Amino acid sequence: MKYRDIREISMNFIPIAAFLLALLIGAIMIAFLGVNPLVAYHALLNGAFGSINALADTVVKATPLLFVGLGICIAFRAGVLNIGGEGQLVVGALSATIICLVFPNLTGWILILIALFFGFLGGAIWAGIAGFLKAYFNVNEILSTIMLNYIAVYGMNYLLRGPIMDPLQVKLGSFIPQTARLSQAVDLPRFIPTRLHLGTIIAIFFAILVYIFLWRTTIGFRIRMIGQNIQASRASGINVQKYMVLAFFLSGALVGLGGAIEVIGVHHRMFTDGSATGFTGSAGFNGIVAALFGQLHPIGTIPASLLLGALLTGANKMQRVVQVPSALIGALNGLIVIFVVGSEYLRRRQTRRVERIMKVEHNSKNKNKKEDK
Amino acid sequence: MMKCKKNIIIIVMISILVFSLGFGANAKAFRVAVIMPSSINDLAFSQSMYDAMVAIQEEMGKEEFQFVYSESMFVVADAAAAIRDYASEGYDLVIAHGSQYGSSLVEIAPDFPNTSFAWGTTVNTFSDQGITNIFAYEARSEEGGYVSGVLAAKLSQTGIIGVIGPIETGDAKLYVEGFKAGVLATKPDAQVNISWIGSFSDVALASEAAQTHINVGADVLTGTAQMVVGAIGVARQRGVLWFGTQADQTSLAPEVVVANQVYDWTVALKPMIQLVREGTRGGSAYVLTLANGGLKIVVNQEALVRKTIQDIIEGKIDIEL
Amino acid sequence: MEAIIIGVLKSAIRLATPYLYASIGETIGQLSGVLNLGVDGVMLMGAFSAFFTVLKTGNLGLGLLVAIVVGGIFGLLIAFVNVTLKAQQGISGIGFYIFGLGLSSLLFRTMIGTVQTVSGFSPLSIPLLSNIPIVGEIFFRQNILVYGAFALVPISWFILNKTPLGLSIRAVGQHPEAADSLGVNIVRIRYLTVIFGGMLSGIAGASLSIALLNVFQQNLTNGMGFIAVALVYFGAWRPLSVLSGALLFSTVNAIQIWIQVKGINIPSDFTLMLPYIVTIVVLAAMAKRYVRPPKALNKPFERGE
Repeated sequence: MKYRDIREISMNFIPIAAFLLALLIGAIMIAFLGVNPLVAYHALLNGAFGSINALADTVVKATPLLFVGLGICIAFRAGVLNIGGEGQLVVGALSATIICLVFPNLTGWILILIALFFGFLGGAIWAGIAGFLKAYFNVNEILSTIMLNYIAVYGMNYLLRGPIMDPLQVKLGSFIPQTARLSQAVDLPRFIPTRLHLGTIIAIFFAILVYIFLWRTTIGFRIRMIGQNIQASRASGINVQKYMVLAFFLSGALVGLGGAIEVIGVHHRMFTDGSATGFTGSAGFNGIVAALFGQLHPIGTIPASLLLGALLTGANKMQRVVQVPSALIGALNGLIVIFVVGSEYLRRRQTRRVERIMKVEHNSKNKNKKEDK
Repeated sequence: MMKCKKNIIIIVMISILVFSLGFGANAKAFRVAVIMPSSINDLAFSQSMYDAMVAIQEEMGKEEFQFVYSESMFVVADAAAAIRDYASEGYDLVIAHGSQYGSSLVEIAPDFPNTSFAWGTTVNTFSDQGITNIFAYEARSEEGGYVSGVLAAKLSQTGIIGVIGPIETGDAKLYVEGFKAGVLATKPDAQVNISWIGSFSDVALASEAAQTHINVGADVLTGTAQMVVGAIGVARQRGVLWFGTQADQTSLAPEVVVANQVYDWTVALKPMIQLVREGTRGGSAYVLTLANGGLKIVVNQEALVRKTIQDIIEGKIDIEL
Repeated sequence: MEAIIIGVLKSAIRLATPYLYASIGETIGQLSGVLNLGVDGVMLMGAFSAFFTVLKTGNLGLGLLVAIVVGGIFGLLIAFVNVTLKAQQGISGIGFYIFGLGLSSLLFRTMIGTVQTVSGFSPLSIPLLSNIPIVGEIFFRQNILVYGAFALVPISWFILNKTPLGLSIRAVGQHPEAADSLGVNIVRIRYLTVIFGGMLSGIAGASLSIALLNVFQQNLTNGMGFIAVALVYFGAWRPLSVLSGALLFSTVNAIQIWIQVKGINIPSDFTLMLPYIVTIVVLAAMAKRYVRPPKALNKPFERGE
């Protein structure tokens, strides 16, 4: 009995141990740069959780990761890999921005809802293209989403330096590729005095919604079934093509919604530095990691994106405090992803072992009971 | 009686404050934090600011001037967190070295009225929005562009000149347009071909753009932003002249780099620091120009001499006496 | 006109070179059932290590060798995580990408410091062939790594289709259970393909830093590794089709540059989109010759479970 408990607890520690191991290797790298790793990691923790503001920054950073993570959950459950998060974030954000620029005078709440809807739709269509190409033209989704990421970025650059560029930029002659600040009416409410905004609550709400959708509705069930066994699904009469497009559509919709919320919650305008990363902060990729850390479960993705958000926020603080090259932060993040993903198998194997032991114990108990009778 | 006591306390507190402020300004070093979009060794925009910081530190001494930096902050949300963090740590001046940081700055600056902020490249200090603690700075990169353009037109034998830029915005757009104007003013029938790479980091595409420019007959090239290092390599390999901007790129190809427009941000930063020390926190914009020495043209004579000798040997130049 | 066509195609061949190495490597890995999205990170490590070696020693061959070794080591790590630890391949690859990007930038910062140039592999005219009009100029006056990339196509085709090893690789990717029962060592084959793929990614990086560009800068590849992975799908796991995909993408990119240089009045953002759009459209148009991916792709092998 006790043995089993220890086993059960220990298996949850495997990813944590992997995480710590990655940090240890990171510590060696930091020491090589002539910095005391303890000071560095203290700064990291401090930057992620040290104050109300730090905590708020962590949550703000985690919000787009959660949206992307949710989108990834849906895609993964349908058996497809959506690595087009970057493009979908951009398209979602652009759609929301454009609609806000077109109707600057609408009442706040109505405009917010419209903006969110357009973000949702923009991301959905962008991912839907990949789904459509896969379902009806056999174009592999990894190829199409990578290509669509680039197309989205070039489209964004065109719009932001042309049709929707801030007129002030032309007047000043500085030609910064960004839109005008959106009407204040469309700013998502903030939890003053921090940067924390309502978007986080919306994200958690959607996490629950995605959970209900995937596990409590017929459509969700079918999507998961396709992911588990495409042949069996086809045999049981499911229109696989239709659901595949749908899965992509919804996956991109959530990502696009995340993009829209970044605009009206954080930046209040759209801008470009020529790449997607300046706006997305690579959330399109990091969200995939968050989804996996969360066991590809929408509810699990909530703490997972928080953890990742804390890591990214804290790492930046660490860079500032100990003045190490920012590249170190990237290397460290990569190590953590590799170690945690690598540890997954050990955890799964441990889980199976525990289940087996439990089965054995259960059986022997039953036997005892029978013998008692 | 109570009122009197309160007043006394207030007076004492104010005097302590004034005392410490007045004293502190002399006693403690001027502390600057810089947030930069690319790395400090990009031979372009970020490096120009880093070099200025180092230069000021050398001039004022480490006791008087200290700086920290966050590089590769291309993620704007992270940069915003950095700006806020540096401000809350009491740096005297926080420099957001990238035009994409402006909208974050507008939100943060009012929360830290005792901190000065600066950003570029722009002339917008947001004083129209009632903000008083933001400086702005920009470089009239079209001026140096024009000078290089004139030289390029003079040096070009084919009359075809190639330009490579990142995306058609901001500083890059100004430089390219200035360069083109300089060429056409000197040689109206010259042909200026412009290609945009669509990113600040695609070194391979920039290098192929250089190849293509040379293939259609260009014998002088220029380009702006950090991805042009590949193009400079091509210019060197194929013996075509190059004009640099933002930082001195001569070291990459001493044989072909004719001249560089170099940004000297100290020209903007020194008066800014002076103002902050005197108690003015923002509101003015500084523009680097050829006139105020903020823009310098660093000429690499070696390349010119080499090229001229080569042209005479190959018979491209006919010396009429 | 002739000069233009030569120029554009020559550009295309050069642009295609890094993609070819990386894509062929990824093709072989995927055929054995391992998806590696970390190609870009390995390319960066290869590019850095080759550049650093050449900068310090001036020895190009040694630089290439170091890139191969570093790529191989990364391949080994990737194989360990994906094959032995049976990690979720899509995500471990992203981890390796982030790690390679960060580490190569960090090493560049601490060991080199500033952007510098080296003299890399210079064009090598092949006797006789280089004298053929047009074709000679386009194909046979390139540097040795370009030739290597193109030679790799028939070599990998031969290995995959005509040798027992190739058969084993395919079997492991298609029917690991069957292959296992026939005594093929699945783990060994997968390690082999992934390490080989890592080596090729290392060469892909080196082809940029010591042959085509002769510089190193942080994030030098700028996402090329992801395009290389995409081209594997374009080529449907066949070296020859991967080649046509790489050439299509690169040729359109070269034409795109040429359109801009000629001053044809289209916003640059739209011409820049062309290679990406054309690749998708062409692939969609060829949908009928659909080839199924290796059945065990992205699936760890677990015996009897």
